[in-house]
Amino acid sequence: MKDLDSLIKRTLDQIAASNDLAALDAVRVGVLGKKGSVTEQLKSLGKLPAEERRAAGAAINEAKDSIAAALDVRRVELEAEAVGRDLATGSIDVTLPGRGENVGGLHPVTRTRLRIEAIFRQAGFSVAEGPEVENDFYNFEALNIPADHPARAMHDTFYFGDGRLLRTHTSPVQIRAMQREGVPIRIIAPGPAYRHDSDVTHSPMFHQVEGLVIDEGISLANLKGVLAGFAEQFFEKPRGLRFRPSYFPFTEPSAEVDIQCVFCDGAGCRVCKQTGWLEILGCGMVHPNVLRACGADPERWQGYAFGMGIERLAMLRYSVNDLRLFFENDLRFLAQFNRG
Amino acid sequence: MRVSLEWLEEWVETGWDAATLGERLTMGGIEVESIEPAAAEFTGVVVGEVLSVERHPDADKLTVCQVAGGSAQPLQIVCGAPNVRAGLKAPLALEGATLPGGLVIRRTKLRGVESAGMLCSGRELGLTEDQDGLLELPAELKTGAAFREALKLDDSILTLNVTPNRGDVLSMIGVAREVAAIADRKLTPPFVEPIAAVGFARFEVRLEAPAGCPRFAGRIIKGVDPKARTPLWMSERLRRAGLRPISPIVDVTNYVMLEFGQPMHAYDLRRLSSHIEVRNARKGERLTLLDGRDIAIDPDTLVIADATGPVGLAGIMGGEKSGIAADTSDVFLEVAFFAPDAIVGRARRYGMMTDASQRFERGVDPRQQERALERATRLLVEIAGGQPGPSVLTQVEAQQPKRPSVTLRPERVASLLGVHVPRSDVEGILRRLGMQVAGAGDVLGVIPPSQRFDIAIEQDLIEEIGRIYGYDKIPRQDAKVPQTPRPATERVVSSERLMLLLVDRGYQEVLTYGFVNALTQRLLFPGRETLELANPISAELGEMRVSLWPGLIEVLRGNLRRQQERVRLFEIGTRFEMQGGQLVESQAIAGLITGTALPEQWGADKRSADFYDLKADVEALFGLTGRAAAISYIRAPHECLHPGRSAAVLDGNTRLGWLGQMHPETARRLEIRDPPLLFELAIDPSFHSEVPVFSDISRFPAIRRDLAVVIDEATTLDELKKTVNLAAKGLLRELHVFDVYRGTGVEPGRKSVALGLILQETSRTLTDVEADTVMAAVVALVKGDLKAAIRG
Repeated sequence: MKDLDSLIKRTLDQIAASNDLAALDAVRVGVLGKKGSVTEQLKSLGKLPAEERRAAGAAINEAKDSIAAALDVRRVELEAEAVGRDLATGSIDVTLPGRGENVGGLHPVTRTRLRIEAIFRQAGFSVAEGPEVENDFYNFEALNIPADHPARAMHDTFYFGDGRLLRTHTSPVQIRAMQREGVPIRIIAPGPAYRHDSDVTHSPMFHQVEGLVIDEGISLANLKGVLAGFAEQFFEKPRGLRFRPSYFPFTEPSAEVDIQCVFCDGAGCRVCKQTGWLEILGCGMVHPNVLRACGADPERWQGYAFGMGIERLAMLRYSVNDLRLFFENDLRFLAQFNRG
Repeated sequence: MRVSLEWLEEWVETGWDAATLGERLTMGGIEVESIEPAAAEFTGVVVGEVLSVERHPDADKLTVCQVAGGSAQPLQIVCGAPNVRAGLKAPLALEGATLPGGLVIRRTKLRGVESAGMLCSGRELGLTEDQDGLLELPAELKTGAAFREALKLDDSILTLNVTPNRGDVLSMIGVAREVAAIADRKLTPPFVEPIAAVGFARFEVRLEAPAGCPRFAGRIIKGVDPKARTPLWMSERLRRAGLRPISPIVDVTNYVMLEFGQPMHAYDLRRLSSHIEVRNARKGERLTLLDGRDIAIDPDTLVIADATGPVGLAGIMGGEKSGIAADTSDVFLEVAFFAPDAIVGRARRYGMMTDASQRFERGVDPRQQERALERATRLLVEIAGGQPGPSVLTQVEAQQPKRPSVTLRPERVASLLGVHVPRSDVEGILRRLGMQVAGAGDVLGVIPPSQRFDIAIEQDLIEEIGRIYGYDKIPRQDAKVPQTPRPATERVVSSERLMLLLVDRGYQEVLTYGFVNALTQRLLFPGRETLELANPISAELGEMRVSLWPGLIEVLRGNLRRQQERVRLFEIGTRFEMQGGQLVESQAIAGLITGTALPEQWGADKRSADFYDLKADVEALFGLTGRAAAISYIRAPHECLHPGRSAAVLDGNTRLGWLGQMHPETARRLEIRDPPLLFELAIDPSFHSEVPVFSDISRFPAIRRDLAVVIDEATTLDELKKTVNLAAKGLLRELHVFDVYRGTGVEPGRKSVALGLILQETSRTLTDVEADTVMAAVVALVKGDLKAAIRG
């Protein structure tokens, strides 16, 4: 048993001398592992005479337990030391920026369009599309704007010289959608439109969202309801809205809609030219000629249409003071809309 | 249309101030764009009367005047105006007066002579543009009266934005009618008393195109004083309406046009020959217009002609030859009705828009020609004398514009407007608007007044009722909405998702025009057929884009100029491609990157972005579809891409788009220093998506084996993968490329590709021995098929 005592002593010394977890583990394997010295002694018990076996076995197991306990104690000590060392030396500069790619952003006009779409989708509208190169029928004729109609003067049109043109508004989608889907219908149609006009307040390309609802018994009161609700949600603020009688060939009655100035809350400022109101869209009850052009009987079906300028809404929402900024695509401008 | 409040008050009295009137008109459908004071701000100006004029002792061009009006005693005023004379009444700015622009008048000495104030020109008071001297005031103004009050200058000008359907509002009478209807007041038009004819001179008028011109009132006036001057009250009103006073004859015709919305024309009688005929132009006819332009007239244009040919474009503009000259004393006045159909579009075609054409094409009251002629005659005779001949009306009865009755069902008013308008209001409003209402019960017959050209159907009447009743009285109301859900597909990746993926990978979305710089586009896509605009906004932006790249490249160039070095852009938009002469519009998504692979930062290489950085983004887009593995990238030449670093993106045999680095020669010609990387994919069919289907996850451990294979440069990873797959016989779960190496230890023309193979059985644990067998098979096959060597 002298061997065992010295083994225990030697092992305990080795444990004490182990300065890291790896060294400690090596000690453990050397003593208690599959081929460790204590394990070997246990294996050799069988060679002992039967009467010695019991006592020897007990002694070896005792030795094993005491070594295991010493290993545990030392392991806990070493782990604590390691944690302490890590805490003592492992500090970093947390103000250094994180690594990797930055996040880009959507164009403010797209951001606004998606927001408009989301609001109308919630109100039960679906999204329709149509071509940008149109013909006279869809852009004008079917919308009750015959050739030489004075309203054409308001649509400075890009032509291709063969009767085709760039749509001057998104209203042709009204016609196409009604022809395609029939009535009842409840759609919005966002997209680019083009007018031959370029100055501080006009861009030759701009974006509109067209809206069209045809059903039985749809009234101007419903139109007021949907647009007032839209404006409230879009600006996230209850807003005064006023409907002014106006004129569009494809609606009758027609209205232009002003919103209480978002900059001065209607008190009067430079942006609203002291009127307290800002025009945001045109709308009206779909003209019977338009319904007829789409094969819907105006005696049975009626409804409303509206068209709003996305840039206009984006300018009001995000306080952008120059329309041209949207199409200069200056990254320093665009990056301002990258949140959210 | 500019409306003086003071003038309007003569026609209809409301007692409203300008702001209230503006608000009510706007809410009634006549948009008031602005309200401005009629005269600039100035103070301390009175009606002065020049009592005497003497030469200034030391200045040739100055005079020393004694002027009454400023105080009990006449004031001494030094004046430089050529028209100053004893007896003249003119505005006198007294000491302390402030003139427009802030000039303060002080007692001063001019060349040694004291001046107590200043006699003013119209220009100095912001009233007229002429510089030819003092503003001559009518003798009947009281000397010493406050000038602003004497001229009623504390007036407001409302600028109306009249919609194209309301030609009837382009006049004082029209605006007054609107105001009267809105305010429910009586109209008080100036009384027009017929003037007795002196003499019998007539001029024959033949209506040869009676559909276009069914009514023509004419009159000769002889002996008009060509030296007469337009009185101040009239020139003031013209000025406030935005017209420049010219001569009494022209001014009177303009004035009556403003009053009644009735354009009229005055001819120099000397220049007319034999008779007047209103007819369509004949082939080849030309005319020199009042503005000096010589035009060829189309046969669908109505002309006024005499025996010698056209003397005017009917309802648009008169001819130069027969126009009023400085010495005209005998005139022929034309007051006609031209049908809108005969006028509309013509003026624009000849490149003009005149006050006359603007009114005729929208519709002029066909019943007022005689009255307007009487009014003009009276004014002209009062101002410039002359002997009027008889007023002669030539008309073709059968062609007079009709106003058929329009049916109105009162229940439709409620149905369309969504508000119940009491029956009495419905009828009352229509009557206030000058309509005749007949019938009772469920159906009314409504005849609009002669001046309204925009009331043809029931909805037109309902709009009239609505706007006068007040749109603000219409409630907000929810509609009943169908509740059947609409399609919500999972089989297409939405554009929004694509955009957000790129945004999250550091891209900035841009929006560019559908038409592009043709030079850039042709440089990128030489020989490509394009759709060209007939009337581009500028010569450069002349054709529709066949790709989003020209726009992205212009945006890149703009931002490079603004010192941006790392640029990552994308756009989703429409392409306009010509295929076999047919236009095909399609949606595409395109991106452009240049600069470093990552934003400048610590802990990462400052490496330039390359093909594979861009490809990762493209692969990520396809990752959204669940079909990324089916997409192949084939090296292929493209007009504007580097031939060695460009790939066609294919789904089977369908080409979805391109990615690659810009061709260095293209970049050089575009003056871009570092060729950017570009991609473009057709939205349809690239982003059709497969609905995920769950498959069992293997519960058995996988084994990873790494292998470095040296192969020819020309051998692609796709070929290597194919070979490995073939050899691994279905046990290969994943294959990673974790290194591509060239250099020491690898012979030139070859590359070492390090692969990580993840091997796994689905139904049991794969043994090491089996893995070894698979690896041996892989090695054998790559050696055999790809002449590969195994490294390390």
